[in-house]
Amino acid sequence: MGRLSRALIWIGKSLAVLVAIVVLNFCLIRLAPGDPATVLAGEAGASDPHVLAEIRQQYGLDRPLPEQLAIYLRAVVSLDLGFSYRNQRPVADMILERLPATLLLTGSAFLFALAIGIALGSAAARRVGRWVDSAISVAGLVFYAMPIFWIGLLFVLLFSVALGWLPPFGMRSMIPPEGAAARSLDVAAHLVLPALTLGLFYVAVYARLTRSSMLEVQHYDYIRTARAKGLPEGRIVRAHILRNALLPVITIAGIQAGQLVGGAIVVETVFAWPGIGRLAFDGLLQRDYNLLLGIFVICSVMVIFFNMLTDIALSIADPRIGAS
Amino acid sequence: MQFRRSFLLTAIVGCTLPAGVMAADPQPTRGGTLNSILWPEPPGLVLGLWVNSPTLLPATKIYEGLLSYDFNLNPQPALARSWEVSADGLTYTFKLQPGVKWHDGKSFTADDVVFTFNEFLTQVHPRSRTVFQRTRASKIDDETVVFKLEKPFAPLIRSFDAIGGPIVPAHIYKGTDFRNNPHNAHPIGTGPFKFAEWQRGQYIHLVRNDDYWRKGMPYLDEIYYRLIPDSASRALALENGQALLATQNDVELADVGRLKAMPHLAVETKGWEWGAPISWMTFNQRRKPLDDKRFRKAVMYALDRNFIRDTIFFGLAKVATGPIHSSSPFYDANVPKYEYDPKKAEALLDEMGLKRDANGLRANIKLLGLPYGEVWNRFNEYVKQALKRVGIEVTIESTDVAGWGDRIRNWDFDLAVTYLTTLSDPVLGVARSYISSNIKKGMLFNNESGYSNPKVDELFAKSETTVDEAERKKIFSELQRILVDDVPVAWTVELQWPTIYNKRLHNVIINGLGPNSTFAEVYLTPK
Repeated sequence: MGRLSRALIWIGKSLAVLVAIVVLNFCLIRLAPGDPATVLAGEAGASDPHVLAEIRQQYGLDRPLPEQLAIYLRAVVSLDLGFSYRNQRPVADMILERLPATLLLTGSAFLFALAIGIALGSAAARRVGRWVDSAISVAGLVFYAMPIFWIGLLFVLLFSVALGWLPPFGMRSMIPPEGAAARSLDVAAHLVLPALTLGLFYVAVYARLTRSSMLEVQHYDYIRTARAKGLPEGRIVRAHILRNALLPVITIAGIQAGQLVGGAIVVETVFAWPGIGRLAFDGLLQRDYNLLLGIFVICSVMVIFFNMLTDIALSIADPRIGAS
Repeated sequence: MQFRRSFLLTAIVGCTLPAGVMAADPQPTRGGTLNSILWPEPPGLVLGLWVNSPTLLPATKIYEGLLSYDFNLNPQPALARSWEVSADGLTYTFKLQPGVKWHDGKSFTADDVVFTFNEFLTQVHPRSRTVFQRTRASKIDDETVVFKLEKPFAPLIRSFDAIGGPIVPAHIYKGTDFRNNPHNAHPIGTGPFKFAEWQRGQYIHLVRNDDYWRKGMPYLDEIYYRLIPDSASRALALENGQALLATQNDVELADVGRLKAMPHLAVETKGWEWGAPISWMTFNQRRKPLDDKRFRKAVMYALDRNFIRDTIFFGLAKVATGPIHSSSPFYDANVPKYEYDPKKAEALLDEMGLKRDANGLRANIKLLGLPYGEVWNRFNEYVKQALKRVGIEVTIESTDVAGWGDRIRNWDFDLAVTYLTTLSDPVLGVARSYISSNIKKGMLFNNESGYSNPKVDELFAKSETTVDEAERKKIFSELQRILVDDVPVAWTVELQWPTIYNKRLHNVIINGLGPNSTFAEVYLTPK
């Protein structure tokens, strides 16, 4: 089979998955009781039949469900994600506005977790059974087991309230400083705590994965061969042990990368980070159907995209995978 | 035409002393930025199109009403400098403030008022529509507007605040599709603060209106409404001084005591007299045994409402004695009392023939909880325990706001927890939950219990058209006694939402609209 036809099949499969996701999500959301007009009335403490009817008509919620689905599908095909009922703005604008914040947060947390996790994991594997290994395991377990919102609040208490080093919430200062460099530094300072909170959870995952994988690999025959050849220890670890041990880590990292967009709801809430996760959560509570569906579509696209990237990364780390 | 003395008097007093509290703080300082907390994010800022509570906080700084109301709900001048009500209650004449400008520089005139009440509010306002459909406003001259009624409507004089009767600019809305008007994204009012920017998910920024009609005001330069989604983070923002103001449900009640003890923070529970929120549990009287008055009374006796006040609401509540809030001029404390008395509750249940079975249970009912956070979950748990003690097994049903609304409006509940603002007049905020013409499936905040009593209907109707306040008081007293004896719903507590503010901030709560007043008088002393 040629490379082109393989790519075409892959694209076709992805589109089918995407359509299935849209239809499924559309039905799932509509199964939830209540609609956007009910939420608005509930929050206003007032529900006038005339006003509610007007709002439902304005949003097209008075039409039959299959018709609403057809309208939505037609719009998505033409790359139009619709209009948010609640916020009175195009969904695509809202998502694009929030996407950079989420990608910055989850991206930094991801890179931090990957780098620190692999480093700690290999350090532990090389000193198995010694105190360094135990310390890393215990710390990893603690951060893995603690609820993420709790770690976040503890960090805020320590670094913001007690020490006053870092801002407790938001993405920018209430009065942002002048100049591009100062503003970037300002965002970076706001980023530290949420990225750390989100990252520490995954550090534990990667560290444990790397450690166990390396322990397994270092007993293989080819490592003994490498040692017998007289290769320096550093090269053995980097080129022979780590590279082979990384395959499961890359697989897990690929799965996590697919969740980069939607996976930070809790952290975004604790730190008032203006990202997609919170947008989705608010959208769900407010029954903002179009907004939710829009976020689902974007998330699905991201998952599909990162699955592809993971395949490529795996074939680079282990060329045998690409060939099979 | 004849002057109603009490109203005229307050009008004059109001004019000479715009803020009574200022006497205590003789030297307000100009300048400064108020960082206030706001959550959840409002759907929009145009008052009237939206009346959700997060909309009110910023929008009441942008828009104004003809009147404002003091702690006793007496009318005070706002965009109207004086007013007269004819003796027959059919004509209301308002003199408007001169020299008022809209935020876009156009002049505010009687035309704006006429348009607002005849065309705008009567179409879009979810609550005031029906109030102002009874009136016809007309312009006498640029500074005079007359409202005519066909039949007296006594609550009208308490209906001209910025929340129920916000004045919107005719030059922007007249002849347009109000809900889709492009200016909705950039609201234009007459208030002390102008809309500057709304960064979704981050903040709403208002700046000082330098042309405000009250000379020298407002004192603040700008207000930022910071959107902070987590309640622990909101409490922290107050603690470390990043935010200076929070109110209503911003901070979990459990945290309020801790914040109050801090030297730089103050807590005020006044300021909800206009809203007058009462919490209760609605009995679905279409279902057995909830249709039996004895059962409903038994529930009342089984609940220790002092405990609810002190332990569940951390003392930030007051036991509700009936349908009318104790801050209302029409409140009557002389009604049948339901002191905590489980024995009495059991006796009533025995009398109904609901005997305890082998497991000690008399009845099973479901409780639809209010999805508004921890306090309400604890409330549900308490009700479950308290009713179990008298032999009623309660199953708690939890849901979210949309689910809760959907269940209630479709009458799909046994016992449902709710709270509702009872507003400035019982006709506006109380009657809706008890009169039989308001039993409407599919709608919220009406008579969801299905309670129907012709005498109650008749008295509420009479209270609408009776002009004399003393006479109205008598009607409402009788109503309170009948309703409290019938127990159509189980009133629990009046909510006393705390407004928590930094002590550098002054004049925060100065009237019955509390944090939803204009903030023209609010000032900030330097650090």
